[in-house]
Amino acid sequence: MAAPQQRRIIFKHIDAPGYANDFACYLRHGGYGMLKKAVAMPPAAIIDEVKKSGLRGRGGAGFPCGVKWGLVDRKSGKPIYLVVNADESEPGTFKDRYIIHQDPHQLIEGIMISCWANNVKQAYIYIRGEMPHGARILEQAIAEARAANFCGPNILGTSYGCEIYVHRGAGAYICGEETGLIESLEGKRPYPRIKPPYFPAVLGLYQCPTIVNNVETLCHVKYIVEVGGDAYAKIGTPNNSGTRLLCVSGHVQKPGYYEYEVGKITMGELLNDVCGGPLPGRKFKAVIPGGSSAKILRFGETFTLKNKDGTSRTLTVEDIPMDFDTLAACGTMGGSGGVIVMDDSVNMVEALANINAFYAHESCGQCTPCREGSLWMKKITNRMVHETPRAEDGALLKSVADQIAGRTICAFGEACSWPTQSFVAKFGDEFKAYPETKKAAKAESARALV
Amino acid sequence: MNLKPDTFKRIDEVITHYPVKRSATLPLLHLIQEDVGFISPEAIEWVAAKLELQPINVYEVVTFYPMFRQKPIGRRHIKVCRTLSCALMGGYKTCDAFEKEFNTHRGEISPDGEVTVEFVECLASCGTAPVVLIDDDLHEKVDVTKAKQLSDQIKAEAGKRNR
Repeated sequence: MAAPQQRRIIFKHIDAPGYANDFACYLRHGGYGMLKKAVAMPPAAIIDEVKKSGLRGRGGAGFPCGVKWGLVDRKSGKPIYLVVNADESEPGTFKDRYIIHQDPHQLIEGIMISCWANNVKQAYIYIRGEMPHGARILEQAIAEARAANFCGPNILGTSYGCEIYVHRGAGAYICGEETGLIESLEGKRPYPRIKPPYFPAVLGLYQCPTIVNNVETLCHVKYIVEVGGDAYAKIGTPNNSGTRLLCVSGHVQKPGYYEYEVGKITMGELLNDVCGGPLPGRKFKAVIPGGSSAKILRFGETFTLKNKDGTSRTLTVEDIPMDFDTLAACGTMGGSGGVIVMDDSVNMVEALANINAFYAHESCGQCTPCREGSLWMKKITNRMVHETPRAEDGALLKSVADQIAGRTICAFGEACSWPTQSFVAKFGDEFKAYPETKKAAKAESARALV
Repeated sequence: MNLKPDTFKRIDEVITHYPVKRSATLPLLHLIQEDVGFISPEAIEWVAAKLELQPINVYEVVTFYPMFRQKPIGRRHIKVCRTLSCALMGGYKTCDAFEKEFNTHRGEISPDGEVTVEFVECLASCGTAPVVLIDDDLHEKVDVTKAKQLSDQIKAEAGKRNR
């Protein structure tokens, strides 16, 4: 069967021949037209359109953007800040990178529309430290937009003004967590804040109301202004509107980034038809559907889900539509859209050891269950791979993971325990058999992943 | 504090971006590290004074964020992505290749002072794995062969400079 057609909205110009990331090229393609349209609308009307669109945040949690904006405290008398989360660091995710490098003005326009809608006078783009070129491209784009009165004081001849500054991170994954990001932007260690009371919409940056949105989300806002909330809501599937940038990496023939209407492509179509299937002579074994913290899916397992009319349906991994709700019903998540594929050459103990090393490195250390637990999970999987594996290690790993999730200030606790919980639940036999596997394997093979 | 005139200029400019001076901590540390190569105790004290903070406020930031370093590194910084997608496509072999080419170990300055090779966590370019960041430039699909080519290039540039 032929793969469904991509619907490129956010990635319309990415990799397009002749398209450059400069201001003139953006203007030639109708650039900043939507900002002009937006400033002719009352701000509340734009918020209404975003609410109607059903746009869900593209950073990981899938929280409705319009609801997020609706929670902002507008009566405090304090300034409202917009913070753009461009700290793309969830392993498997590489979508924002291309927007920033190839189409930065699309993001700037989305930011300015969102600032106008929310009466924001100061926005910050928090970009990860490992993207120095991206930071320079954004600074250049802001300067160009400012010179043409698309940002800065008196936007488009109005009395409204808003500045955007680029702020570089310095290599810490936890800064992708919105309250950690705010602490980092305040010049501190990025220890996430406890909610309540520190909901960014009320007590965010400098204890002022703050909106934190993902890069991709803000680009969608620009498109919602273009087509209207109702028309946008018709793209994709109900409660999962719009398009989604899907990033595929690992063991497929054609890894890369693709844009589809949410839920209009299944995992099987994505991996087999779009990405060309497994590498020669290999079979798919497992896939992580939404960034490394999403629970893993095992090829061959099935999911029985309830339909609205009371009947039920059974899905294989290949049948799962790539939307927020079905992936959640299958016990995992759409997360940040990072799809990591593993074939039958991979030992799951070794793959988990790689992931555990990541989370142990990135735990901020604020909450004991996460600081200690992530480190112990790494130590156990490292010992399994490099020293003496024991048949009961799977159960031990699970017991550590079970003591982290739900017991921490931020969602990192879940992010670091879900891989261990799901790997052990779905590949328990492989963990039990690992002592034998290791004896039989060549010494150097295990070094491939950890 | 001995910095280039342009660095001082940029430091004063970036502080104006924030209503609270402390927010400029990360930008100042980046600017100083780009200028000097690392963050010295003197730099920590200087940033603290500049932003009206205590040195501990700056020190705890320097020690938390992986990109800030308190010791010099080699002339070129080779950061190999270690995380899952890159590892699945051979990232560990890529890192081994760089270490071998420069006769060094991860995290150390090579004997010729030319490079520091390091493993880093996800560089957000998983679709072109394995990836390597050399100074500010991202290199994609760096298998062992390409690692050797990049190493030869670095060696050739070093040769030209030393001539």
